[in-house]
Amino acid sequence: MIEDDEIELLLTDLFDIHGYDFTSYSRASLKRRVNRLYSLDKFPSFAELRYRVKADTNYLKRFVEEITVNVTEMFRDPTFYLSLRTDVLPVLATKPFIRIWHAGCSTGEEVYSMAIMLKEAGLLHKSLLYATDLNPSVLEKVRKGVFPLNQMKQYSESYIASGGLGDFSAYYIANYGQAKFNEDLAEKIIISTHNLVSDSSFNEFDLILCRNVLIYFDKDLQDRVLQLFDASLGSLGHLALGSKETLKFSAVQDNFKQLNREKIWKKVV
Amino acid sequence: MEESGVKNPVKIVVIGGSAGSLEVLFRLLPLLTKNLSVPILIILHRRSTADSSLSDLLGSKTTLPLQEADDKDQILPGNIYLAPADYHLLVEKDFTLSLDYSEKVNFSRPSLDVTFETVADVYGRSAVGIILSGANEDGTAGLLAIKKAGGLVIAQDPETAQMPVMPQNVINFIGVDFIYGIEEIANYINGLNTSGLHPTGG
Ligand SMILES: C[S@@+](CC[C@H](N)C(=O)[O-])C[C@H]1O[C@@H](n2cnc3c(N)ncnc32)[C@H](O)[C@@H]1O
Repeated sequence: MIEDDEIELLLTDLFDIHGYDFTSYSRASLKRRVNRLYSLDKFPSFAELRYRVKADTNYLKRFVEEITVNVTEMFRDPTFYLSLRTDVLPVLATKPFIRIWHAGCSTGEEVYSMAIMLKEAGLLHKSLLYATDLNPSVLEKVRKGVFPLNQMKQYSESYIASGGLGDFSAYYIANYGQAKFNEDLAEKIIISTHNLVSDSSFNEFDLILCRNVLIYFDKDLQDRVLQLFDASLGSLGHLALGSKETLKFSAVQDNFKQLNREKIWKKVV
Repeated sequence: MEESGVKNPVKIVVIGGSAGSLEVLFRLLPLLTKNLSVPILIILHRRSTADSSLSDLLGSKTTLPLQEADDKDQILPGNIYLAPADYHLLVEKDFTLSLDYSEKVNFSRPSLDVTFETVADVYGRSAVGIILSGANEDGTAGLLAIKKAGGLVIAQDPETAQMPVMPQNVINFIGVDFIYGIEEIANYINGLNTSGLHPTGG
């Protein structure tokens, strides 16, 4: 079992030696992740783990990937996607050009869900979806657009619950237990690493989605990241967060108005 | 392992359950008196779809404020927090709640083990863990962590449980402090009111 002070040592090493700043992450989750990896990779001692993280760049990559949580789904929380379809896409439709940022997109299930909805609304041709994450390896999966076939039944149900009227299976080709999503979706997706802790705004967007990422940050970092989003949104742009995340109590809350019960806000200044 | 020579004030009660637990809570919650001196966390295995009606339903059974936990909520005495569907519920060293959308544990999210373990880590000897009816083994490892940290473990009497597997498993693997029926559990929690200490006896 890795103890609290040892976690702090690791975080200091990660920052001093590799420039990764995890010091503002919520500790309870971080500690669980580190301990999980510690037993998964069968380290004999904390010193050994610390050495590997310090000196072995291949292991560092694995370490960063594994202490962050990459779990994701297509059309997760269907009522959220339904609200995007009915309340947000019509606003985006009035624009000559649509820019969307998926911050902390993980392996891209959320990005492909969005691309499908844009296509069905006849907006995909004038849209660009920026998919960013801290981990290069998850972004590689976004690029491929290949997801496990055994998830498709559930995704199809969520798709229908989100207001999808088409045939979900028409969006992918099944092959060897994998579902490869159609190229026309991937063509509109721009992939880049971006660290919300240390990187700055890189464009102006009409819609930013950052779901189930802020829960891993402490209040101060949440506030900083929300300011980054505020600065990256055009006027009347929309911001979408995870179902248990909020703008309330943040420094930018007065700049936004929540649309409805879903975690979607409109920038009002 | 710590021996509690001196009685420690209880600072938190965590209740975990699975199949058959909802009925237990429907009977337990109305028995809790107001002005409770501790916060209560409730972790229930539930359908994965976000569905806040469960907190409304449970809230209607008690005069205590009951809410579905939000990320970074301060843990306040006298309040009841329900783990939201499809997130693990964790506690932080500064006595706030945090949520985690990581892999399922024991096929469950929220998982009882996850919450029990972080509560053990933060509250140590001041934690009480209670296991209710259920048909799987989630909770045992977490309650063992509470026990090892010097906290106290209560199992619902399997005789009174719709699904005895979960409390029985805890009883088999951990030296539980008490095996209680529903009313005794309520009396125990209410007893924390007056002294803030572990009530003695049964
Ligand atoms: C639980 S996933 C959420 C995926 C998706 N947005 C969803 O809601 O299903 C969290 C993602 O945030 C990423 N992440 C964590 N810290 C980050 C940071 N500082 N900058 C950018 N991405 C980060 C992780 O790598 C992970 O892919």
